Amino acid sequence: MNWELIFSNAVYVAFSSSAAAYALIAIGINVHIGYTGLLNFGQAGFAAAGAYGMAIPLATFGWHWTAAIGSSIFFAILLALLLGAPTLRLRSDYLAIVTIAAAEIIRISMMSVRFTWLTGGTDGKKGFADFLVDSNPFGDNRYQFFAQSVNGYSLYITIIGWILVAIFGSLVYFMMRGPWGRVLRGIREDETAVRSLGKSVTKFKMQSLVLGGVIGAVGGIILASEKQSAQPMEYGTTLTFFAFTIVILGGLATARGPIIGAVIFWFILQFVDNVLEQATRNEVVPTWVVNGNNFGQVKFILAGFALALLVVFRPQGIYGNKREMSFDSR
Amino acid sequence: MTPAKQVIADAIPGSKKQDPILRVDGLRREFGGLVAVDIAHLEVQRGAITALIGPNGAGKTTAFNLMSGFDTPTNGTSEFDGVDITGVQGHELAQRGMVRTFQLTRVLTRLTVLENMMLGAVGQIGEKPWTSPFRFLWTKQEDEIRERSEALLKRFKLDHVAGEYAGNISGGQRKLLEMARALMVEPRLVMLDEPMAGVNPALKQSLLGHVKNLQSEGMSVLFIEHDMDMVHEIADWVVVMAEGRLIAEGTPDQISSNRAVVDAYLGEHQGTSFLEDA
Repeated sequence: MNWELIFSNAVYVAFSSSAAAYALIAIGINVHIGYTGLLNFGQAGFAAAGAYGMAIPLATFGWHWTAAIGSSIFFAILLALLLGAPTLRLRSDYLAIVTIAAAEIIRISMMSVRFTWLTGGTDGKKGFADFLVDSNPFGDNRYQFFAQSVNGYSLYITIIGWILVAIFGSLVYFMMRGPWGRVLRGIREDETAVRSLGKSVTKFKMQSLVLGGVIGAVGGIILASEKQSAQPMEYGTTLTFFAFTIVILGGLATARGPIIGAVIFWFILQFVDNVLEQATRNEVVPTWVVNGNNFGQVKFILAGFALALLVVFRPQGIYGNKREMSFDSR
Repeated sequence: MTPAKQVIADAIPGSKKQDPILRVDGLRREFGGLVAVDIAHLEVQRGAITALIGPNGAGKTTAFNLMSGFDTPTNGTSEFDGVDITGVQGHELAQRGMVRTFQLTRVLTRLTVLENMMLGAVGQIGEKPWTSPFRFLWTKQEDEIRERSEALLKRFKLDHVAGEYAGNISGGQRKLLEMARALMVEPRLVMLDEPMAGVNPALKQSLLGHVKNLQSEGMSVLFIEHDMDMVHEIADWVVVMAEGRLIAEGTPDQISSNRAVVDAYLGEHQGTSFLEDA
């Protein structure tokens, strides 16, 4: 068992660009579910809108990268408006149904054979990352993080990713601290009461949906940039539920929660993966328990168990306030 | 104790008031085949405390929802302070000075008592997503709102729980908080849906005092109540509803001797509608 590799790799993954992307996606979902009480089960759809909204104009239409990022944000806003307009006046369950369906529609459309020329189909959309490769200051060098080696491009995207996490994390923190955030938290508790105090609840909910959706789209951009490919399978329901897990782990309606949640989540997942991988390779555990073929599944069982334990013993998450959990929100 | 203001009007349903703050015409709400509310005409006198009473299922709360823009009438027009408000949504009516509370208190549990209050102020600069992150834009207004909130909390004897989560305070305190929070809107008409329901006698007295205070500060009050003693004590004028319609109006004394009202409450004409012989 190479414990140095196990740890250095797990720590690397916990701070990788994927973790940064998930942190962004989780920050977005925290705006929805944590602060506003909007049940958005389609955050993956926003991430996909972000990834493809940038990748397609760049690769197929040869846009400048700034315009492509603008397009990415445009599509996230458009998606939020399309999903919100018919549902935000209704009970919160309707938004949940519509968002989960929309996210799946987007993913499946991206895989469609007919539009392969545009979306890249199941192989994913490639050939858009030139502006990132060209601007990468670290070149093709490899950097050593203890036993883990990191290539220059990954390092570059990782740094961009965490800078964006810092920007959007603090933006959300400052927005929620102000009167606007107070109204959102009020809506989470009882939207009828907030309406009776002269607030246009639907408007506030729409603003929240747009903000969280755009941050999710930025996460999607990072996810696609790391692999230099927008992969449709990446934007499935698993992404949304991972993001939910991250938010709950870190603490709902806390600014730092989704960030630290993403780090812990990816550390646990990768650590379990590494241990199992090494254990099966070195035959430390008997093969009837776990072998080279099934450790992928066993990883999720163990990681799920570990995350469940965290939630049982700390239901409010890392940064959440336990007193808030002590009474019903109604 | 301020002496009750005189409402000079005829004691008949739908009578004209000298200076109405709220006026509704042909207000009707149907739920499928059921007519829940059908008010031909109603005027609410400015500066008075008007009670809306009636047996269970009379349509009082539905009428309240319709008047406050929380439900859309099937038919009917309404006017607030001389301005037509037909079809105007609830939040907009609140901004225009017509605030309401709810039968079951609706406090924002995971916000502090002070935050509940501060949320109530209208026209906040920082309530836009693009202004909220920049404290310098709204900090001055926020300080004023906080001062106003604290003053109101003191008046309602809630200042010692200002930092508590609203979910942690008692039921009676929630009633007080809801009333205090409504005042943050700076309303001209306060509509209270059963403000005294389920509170102990001592708190009832304190709530009564607060309602009277609203009047002495120039606000008009319309409230739903079941308890005739309470109505006698504070109402200047009483409107009685049964089966969705107005069946009587008058001073509390006139109402307690009104036969139609007694019938409606006691069900003297059991099995027949009291409207038929009216």
